[in-house]
Amino acid sequence: MVPPCVAFGASPRGGATPAARRSRFHGVLRFHGLMRQLALLVSLLVVAVLSAAAQTVAGVSQGLGPLVTKARGGQCVDDPVFMRRNHMQLLKHQRDDTMHGGVRSGKYSLKACVACHASEASQSVSTDAGDFCQSCHSFAAVKIDCFGCHASKPPAAGAHVAVAQPQVKP
Amino acid sequence: MNNDRTSPRSEPATKAPSRRGFLGVAAAGMAGILLAPGVRLIEIAQAAPTTVGASSKVRWGMLIDSGKCASGCTDCVTACNTENGLSGGKLPTDSQWIRKIEIKEVRTGKTQSLPMMCQHCAEPPCVDVCPTGASFKRADGIVLVDKHICIGCRYCVMACPYKARSFVHEPLSNQKTDVPRGMGTVEGCTMCVHKVDKGERPACVTACSDAGHGAILFGDLNNPESEISKRVASYPSRQIREDLNLNTGVRYSGI
Repeated sequence: MVPPCVAFGASPRGGATPAARRSRFHGVLRFHGLMRQLALLVSLLVVAVLSAAAQTVAGVSQGLGPLVTKARGGQCVDDPVFMRRNHMQLLKHQRDDTMHGGVRSGKYSLKACVACHASEASQSVSTDAGDFCQSCHSFAAVKIDCFGCHASKPPAAGAHVAVAQPQVKP
Repeated sequence: MNNDRTSPRSEPATKAPSRRGFLGVAAAGMAGILLAPGVRLIEIAQAAPTTVGASSKVRWGMLIDSGKCASGCTDCVTACNTENGLSGGKLPTDSQWIRKIEIKEVRTGKTQSLPMMCQHCAEPPCVDVCPTGASFKRADGIVLVDKHICIGCRYCVMACPYKARSFVHEPLSNQKTDVPRGMGTVEGCTMCVHKVDKGERPACVTACSDAGHGAILFGDLNNPESEISKRVASYPSRQIREDLNLNTGVRYSGI
């Protein structure tokens, strides 16, 4: 095998005059520059292909994002991008205000989230795989603890009795 | 600032502050841009029409007239179960927030009936013993469990002289929206805090007056003009286990 520095115009190994060494050094540089251009080209191509793919699936998610079923809808209390990133802090902050301070008029209440985001099919935010909270949390592999205690469905007219499900029959 | 310090290169004294001023303004502008979302949040939070929340000027309490409480009537218990989504004792381990008890004077045989629940002490033993701070007293005197912090150790259940707290042993489903409850945490009477915050009365109080007994009076013990304060001031009433000096928010008359 011919070393790349030789292939790209450096003098053969034997003549190690300062001029030859310099020209070999330049050859290395030139080779690296070429590689860099190639890498840039490839990465540009990849980006172009990916963005084209993203455009084709923009309407219907095909595995590149969580598949969320249609919810009751309406306008979110804040910019969706902001909410996506910060909803956990907002909810936690307001839960302390409500629980300890008795302030129940905050903007970011879990009750309001559930009322709006409950899916039309299951009437819930976390029962089925496609429900609003569940779909995204499954996608991100983050466990939701909220609905062990909090209602995941908006209040219905029917009587609510929290039913215990014993592991062992009494 | 060091405006009066002579410049080593003997520039005009005004020039350096103006440059600094420009940098300062630029930095402030950048900070403003970076902080904008946070600043906006605070403004929104403050501008929102808030109910003021729990205030220490108020102390919610109840006065229970055991003379009016009918033996065998459990309307308050039923109302509590309905309001808070409790099962009412389908399983032996199910929670109980309020219960009816019968007391009997042994010598005379006179029996009396009264509801027993969290007494919302001013100095609650459940709060003293809680290792995580989950058991707490709100500014307006209502004693609650913050289930986000509760680890389910049940020290508070042991410490309460009134046996007012329950532990949730089984996973629950179909909870009420306003009353989150879950396995592994301790719970008890909340004085229907979600209703009180809206300016309503607790469910047991409403049920008792709807049943025509009117044995439970709910109100602000700190306000001398309130009905409960006037009654407490003019008629004898007692705390159960007065010897413990807990200064309970729930008081009883006629016992």
